[in-house]
Amino acid sequence: MADAPDVLGTEPAAQYTDSLGKYIVIYLCILALAGVQFVFAYSGVHAGGRFARMFLVALAEGGLALLFFMHLWAEKRGFLLFVLIFTGFVLAAMQYSWTDSYRMERGVPGAQPQIGTVR
Amino acid sequence: MSHADMAMPHPGVMTEPAFSVPARKMAIWLFIIADAATFAACLVAYGFLRNGNPSWPTPFKFSPTVINAMVMTFVLITSSLTMLLGVRAAKAGDRAAAFRFTLITAAAGILFALLHLREWMAMIHEGVTLFHNPWGTGLFGASFFSITGLHLTHVVGGVVALLVVGARYKSGRLNADHLEVAGLYWHFVDLVWMFVVPFVYLLNVAH
Repeated sequence: MADAPDVLGTEPAAQYTDSLGKYIVIYLCILALAGVQFVFAYSGVHAGGRFARMFLVALAEGGLALLFFMHLWAEKRGFLLFVLIFTGFVLAAMQYSWTDSYRMERGVPGAQPQIGTVR
Repeated sequence: MSHADMAMPHPGVMTEPAFSVPARKMAIWLFIIADAATFAACLVAYGFLRNGNPSWPTPFKFSPTVINAMVMTFVLITSSLTMLLGVRAAKAGDRAAAFRFTLITAAAGILFALLHLREWMAMIHEGVTLFHNPWGTGLFGASFFSITGLHLTHVVGGVVALLVVGARYKSGRLNADHLEVAGLYWHFVDLVWMFVVPFVYLLNVAH
């Protein structure tokens, strides 16, 4: 088995047929979105609002890079869904907001130890 | 069991690669997902530290820090485009052009790293370290250097990978698929930066 290639030459591979012009447009879109983030940084909105806006723009930037620069859009739909769902699940499951640290920070009733009690 | 029996696929055994994606590409995608979790953990932890500290400093001035971040962002996004062009050339069988674009991408990565180091040096000169800074909570320096350092490590690793894979591709020892895998990693490094900039830099600009 040592001589066997780990990728067979007969494996079907995704074909990337998008035109160069399309990639240039996507590149310019990502650059523009990055510029929008810098504009948001100096907007008069409070920090929470700025965070939400910049996060949405970052998601749009990342989505364009993921789908077109990384060619996820050209792969089979099953693979696209696998990556998105798997990544989404991993990222959502690891968020601290599901755990006690979020409760404690927010001071939800029952989160703070009461004086004289041992937990 | 004879050799011929071993060569025959058994019923129920997958003979097709999952999702028709070659094993090497599937491996880098799984690595990317795992690495995304690593960066997400760092950024979420940073978010909690930032929210939990009323004295969190916002020291980044438009010049030079924000301008530097703009230039670094431009360099990294542009390097993603040149990487894309390199992979396209490789898929078309143009080894010389693919190698040229790969070198340009690596050069952009080196430029990015140098800009980053220059910024680090300036901050260290101002008194910011992993455990202390002159503006407020010491956790600011810890989170800033940890997150940007993790990303910078990825950039440096990517530059090395691009140079090695590019050279071996040019010499004919690797094929276009190898270059594509290196390119996927490089695009991921770019993608992570799109989240690092707003959270670590732009939320901490001085108003």
